[in-house]
Amino acid sequence: MTERSTLDGGAALAITGSGGSGAVTAGLILLAAVGRAGYYGLLGRSAGPQIRGGESAAMLRFGPRPIECMGDRFDLLVGLDWENVARFADELPLDRNSLILTDAQAGPIPEILVRSGAQVRSLPWKALADGQTEGRVNMVALGMVGAMLGLPPDALEAGARATLGGKGGRVLAHSLECIRSGYAAADAQSSSVPSSALAPAVARWNISGNEAAGLGGVRGGVRFVAAYPITPASEVLEWLAPRLELLGGSLLQAEDELASINMIIGSSFGGVPSLTATSGPGLSLMVEGLGLAVASETPVVVVNVQRGGPSTGIPTKSEQSDLNIALYGLHGDAPHLVLAALGIRDCIDTVAWAVGLAEHLQTVAIVLSDQILGQSRAIVDPPGDRAFGAGETPHLQRLIARDADPDHRRYRPTPDGVSPMALPGLAGGMYTGEGLEHGPGGAPSSRAIDHAEQLDKRLRKLTGFDYGPGWAEIRGEGDHVLLTWGSAAGPVFEAAERLRDSGTPTRAIALRLLAPLQREALLEAIGSAGSILVVEQNQTAQCFAYLHSQQALPAHARSYARPGPLPLRPGEIMRALTESAEREET
Amino acid sequence: MDVAVITPTLRAKDYKSEVAPVWCPGCGHFAVLSAVTKALAHLKLAKERVAMISGIGCSSRLPAYVDAYGFHGIHGRALPLASGLKAARPDLTVIVAGGDGDGFSIGGNHFLHACRRNMDLTYIVMDNEVYGMTKGQASPTTQPDWAKSKLTPHGTGMRPFLPTAIALAAGASFIARGFAGDPNGLTKLLVEAIEHPGFAFLQVLSPCQTFRPEQKEWKHLVHPADTAPTDDPVEAARFIQADDGMALGLFYVRRLPVWQPQNQPTATPADLEREFVL
Ligand SMILES: Cc1ncc(C[n+]2csc(CCOP(=O)(O)OP(=O)(O)O)c2C)c(N)n1
Ligand code: SF4
Repeated sequence: MTERSTLDGGAALAITGSGGSGAVTAGLILLAAVGRAGYYGLLGRSAGPQIRGGESAAMLRFGPRPIECMGDRFDLLVGLDWENVARFADELPLDRNSLILTDAQAGPIPEILVRSGAQVRSLPWKALADGQTEGRVNMVALGMVGAMLGLPPDALEAGARATLGGKGGRVLAHSLECIRSGYAAADAQSSSVPSSALAPAVARWNISGNEAAGLGGVRGGVRFVAAYPITPASEVLEWLAPRLELLGGSLLQAEDELASINMIIGSSFGGVPSLTATSGPGLSLMVEGLGLAVASETPVVVVNVQRGGPSTGIPTKSEQSDLNIALYGLHGDAPHLVLAALGIRDCIDTVAWAVGLAEHLQTVAIVLSDQILGQSRAIVDPPGDRAFGAGETPHLQRLIARDADPDHRRYRPTPDGVSPMALPGLAGGMYTGEGLEHGPGGAPSSRAIDHAEQLDKRLRKLTGFDYGPGWAEIRGEGDHVLLTWGSAAGPVFEAAERLRDSGTPTRAIALRLLAPLQREALLEAIGSAGSILVVEQNQTAQCFAYLHSQQALPAHARSYARPGPLPLRPGEIMRALTESAEREET
Repeated sequence: MDVAVITPTLRAKDYKSEVAPVWCPGCGHFAVLSAVTKALAHLKLAKERVAMISGIGCSSRLPAYVDAYGFHGIHGRALPLASGLKAARPDLTVIVAGGDGDGFSIGGNHFLHACRRNMDLTYIVMDNEVYGMTKGQASPTTQPDWAKSKLTPHGTGMRPFLPTAIALAAGASFIARGFAGDPNGLTKLLVEAIEHPGFAFLQVLSPCQTFRPEQKEWKHLVHPADTAPTDDPVEAARFIQADDGMALGLFYVRRLPVWQPQNQPTATPADLEREFVL
């Protein structure tokens, strides 16, 4: 099976350098530039363990079709310098067809990279930079690489303007000079990468998964956020804080996650759709509060941007290992919603939908994103107006009590389990939100009949709801099924497409709504597939085990699960499917 | 407080709900409930504009007994829940009530940060130096030699938490102490606490009839504070450190900036989306 960097056209490259070398800045500019040249793109980044200023790598993949994951290999490695870069080596798969661009003055290339067999070309970046006022090697290299990739100079300049605009005119002006000098010098160097791109009909977006999650929240109607900073979720909060103010809302930095979850229960009780964002350790602190929200039927949304666990784990790297806590972390019988974003752009729709569902069903929605979605940026088509009706259709809004309602009992059972919620200020609707089991009027009760009735109400409103087609994204047909959830959808979609192209008909099913599981729909989508592989990025096959426990998988389904921090790559998934299907035959 | 929400005709008993308290006969918390309803009536607050927020404990049962909006949350988290509500709904009068275990042990961190955040909240801690609800364990305010709990058969051996001193150090802008056995004094302090713009901390000595019967003696031990309230934190600290824990009254009150977001919308989500367009 051939390893691929791209799907027809485009290229995959990584830029590495030590702290202060500007590798990530160069990557951001290049992403903005390929977007302006008419390509789609995906920019991931990897940083060393230092708090600030350590070595880092920017990884860019671009092409004429939407890019949903990193490829199997890189065409180009742009080494601004090599200090500590060996730490990333396993994240930078190179081979004999790859090209390492560097400046001999940057020192020797780490042995581990040389061993890949990649060709090496030394370019005079340092000399060119020295010829400029405040010349910067990263900008010279960027100009040269841009030219080699066939990017128009005005796209590069516009990308630089968009990325460096906030840094002041002087920095921008010097950077543009460096980019131009690198670009001009590249004419002598041959371009190794094909280029083809069409100007898009609608202007595309440049957005990160964490920004997209924040945007999804406000699109869904969120106007209050309380949260405690944590990697890799903080950018959700950084994006939201100033913007909520513009929308008439606010963000409160809480003293801890015990506080933040209870704060949003309070604000939601007050009638304002509310959200928090965190990562595994924070979610662990929140679970008691989530149970309170379930019991008191107070809508709240938690965006959990997963990282490697357990404990502090690998805070800067991705893993899909919080599914178990999201599904089972709450004590008691506490039905709630668990969703997972299937891509960077999908963070917008999934979070907006989660807000609508939580509001309408008066419950908890946990949305699982992860570091690889949250901290990567992509050039994407603009999202549709609304996700699965979120924010617009009445069935995705909170049912608010009015004075004229004949029955104001807050927890009165209704046919669909949803009872109107009075907001403070409504004279007829006064009640006490209650975490103790209660009767229909809200008064505490330990009677079996009340417990049974309220448990049933809280479960029924979730299981009886018609979630429509948003529960999963399904692509392609075939006797083979790749079944996945969350961020693994990107590499799974690509793996399935490449398998189909190479004569192995494969259907990809990516679950967006994990709880309540849409079991019937899932079994129908799996159909009579001869081989089924459940793909996820954790050690213990958490989704596979969950689906089995729900009797939602045929007995011959197999699991491909491995922990982070290395991203799942399409080629590896293709190999796993082929091996698993072969085992099936023997 | 917003003048428009005042309602003229209610009496204290109109603020009582129909739910019957679970408290033991003679529990100090009854007097606190009664003082709360009197203070609400005195201030003529519209019931639907009041929210009573609590955590878990005997004392935290109070919201259900008041005819207003309320939230009976989880142990120790009443202050964050109330802070979120007040941040989102500045139009409401938000009163938080709970016990010494709820507020100073499991919820201790929130107490510190609520004091320094200084939102316009009233925080009543019904201090009985014991965990009533879980049947009589030592709390942070229990004396070190109290050995009646099976969990601490030799006493806690720790100096008690000083709620008023800690509130002052953490930046609270209103610090007072009342006594369940002095209903009129307590009502007056509650009225002042609710009217105070900012975080008003009211420690209420509220005897636990069942697990601390010796607290019956408190009525002989309490005494009015011998100074007028000060706005000087140094003077207040001196007073609080010299206090025997039984002085009643308002000790410290100071106008400090109140944390309250008050943003008017000037954009829509669609406006924000433009930043992403290439
Ligand atoms: C997370 C958690 N831990 C422990 C408990 C058990 N618990 C319930 S109330 C309480 C202490 C209550 O004491 P206090 O706040 O002083 O109130 P009082 O009952 O004395 O009025 C404890 C430990 C609980 N409900 N939740
Ligand atoms: S146990 Fe103590 S605090 Fe609890 S209700 Fe009885 S007397 Fe009051």
